[in-house]
Amino acid sequence: MSEWWTYNLRDLLLFSQRTYYRLFELHNQEWWPLQLMMLALGAVLFVLAWRGGERAGRALLVILAVCWLWVAWAWHAQRYAPINWAAGYFAWAWGVQAVLLGAAALWGRFDAAPVNRWQRGFGLALLVLALVYPLLSPVLGRGWAQAEVFGMAPDPTALATLGALLVLRLRHGGWLLGIPVAACLVSGATLWAMASPEFWIAPLAAVLAAACTLACRARRSASATV
Amino acid sequence: MKSHPPNLTRRRLLASLAAAPLLGPALAQAQPARPATRAIPSSGEAIPLVGLGSWITFNVGNDRAARDASAEVMRAFFQAGGRLIDSSPMYGSAQDVIGYGLDKIGRPPSLFAADKVWISDGDQGRAQMDTSRRLWGVPRFDLMQVHNLLSWETHLPTLFAMKAAGQLRYVGITTSHGRRHGDLERIMASQPIDFVQLTYNLVDREVEQRLLPLARERGIAVLVNRPFQQGALLDRLARRPLPPWASDIDCTSWAQFALKFVISHPAVTCAIPATTRVDHVRENLAAAGGRMPDAAMRARMAAFVAGR
Repeated sequence: MSEWWTYNLRDLLLFSQRTYYRLFELHNQEWWPLQLMMLALGAVLFVLAWRGGERAGRALLVILAVCWLWVAWAWHAQRYAPINWAAGYFAWAWGVQAVLLGAAALWGRFDAAPVNRWQRGFGLALLVLALVYPLLSPVLGRGWAQAEVFGMAPDPTALATLGALLVLRLRHGGWLLGIPVAACLVSGATLWAMASPEFWIAPLAAVLAAACTLACRARRSASATV
Repeated sequence: MKSHPPNLTRRRLLASLAAAPLLGPALAQAQPARPATRAIPSSGEAIPLVGLGSWITFNVGNDRAARDASAEVMRAFFQAGGRLIDSSPMYGSAQDVIGYGLDKIGRPPSLFAADKVWISDGDQGRAQMDTSRRLWGVPRFDLMQVHNLLSWETHLPTLFAMKAAGQLRYVGITTSHGRRHGDLERIMASQPIDFVQLTYNLVDREVEQRLLPLARERGIAVLVNRPFQQGALLDRLARRPLPPWASDIDCTSWAQFALKFVISHPAVTCAIPATTRVDHVRENLAAAGGRMPDAAMRARMAAFVAGR
């Protein structure tokens, strides 16, 4: 599209809010009761993150890799692509993140030093947010049927990933943040264009997660130098 | 170059009558007053002043309930005398949903199928148009437009060749949101296009200065997109009641007020509002009936909206 930069985000929106949230309803209908298993998996994720340690960290990364791969295929490629031609690219990005998480689970190195207290607290809070994310739908009047569940829908999955990466003592794990942060920003822009009231949640969480990671890394570097 | 066979041939009329039972009992009911028409300058073929857009509204994916609802909108559109439906490969699943709806309502022979080619690579234009044609389930498009001027230098020669070969009936080019009017003007002045599509409404009126007069001068039909600014204009207008004098032009709603302003411009051939609601599509088609504003009334309408 020529002069695409002159377009407002709302000019580029391809679908209505009603159609978008209806996708979650159809998605939930098709895969019920997988949502319950995903929520249980999310709870396991939280426990692993709380416990910490290398083995728990690797298990956590494997779970996230599987979730990213599942969302890439079941949500982006199968569900979202018919109404948004960009979803095919999103599916590839989510697939790449799944591979990166899997690679980190296999070959990543973990620090012995504990994670900063604030970073750990914020990471666990993001994990809790991801697990209670389905509540947003009934709270905002869309009903349980359109709830977005961790492991099934992109936003809570990305939020849980950001939270987990903050808690993990994964060495050089910052590069795993790129795609989840981008996913949250794109989702926020889409929700904003649709005038969805929760548009700010995922982008704000992503920006704070990225800032927290950078700040803690800078602090660690400064301490090491001293 | 610009002569076309009349649309309502004897064969087409007979096909229409033969297909009538397929349209279901609803279409056999008493028909409302037909919408007023305007001639396509290059052929003289008359089409209703109000058509049906599909941007956002028909992009409902594989949702069966929403597809059925879209089909009902299309059924109501044809029942009310509408003919022209417009879409684009850019609109997600809209083309597929239109094909589904046409199948469901019995493929009304009066359909005037308008679509677009939207791809940077000029060599891929024909393949994309063929895919669009299959999605709609039509033997050929009546109108094919270059979407938002994208690679128009390579697509237009292809479209003219297809028109010469009888693979489509009219060639057009589109823009929206008031962009690239300078380029559009140059194309209108230099290329033998049949249609131009642009944004025009009570608020976005820049096209009145050069493009609409040029369309009349060059004998180019004008399709108008975003007559309601994608609903934003109606949302603003709805805060207050219609002025009493709106009844002088048979307006019963702000949508009709906005549409009558657009289609009463003598250069405009057809406005293409999009909707998901049957009552709205009927209301839109009704705007093409009754009394139309004259120049003085049009000025009053614009001033009234500008002063709000």
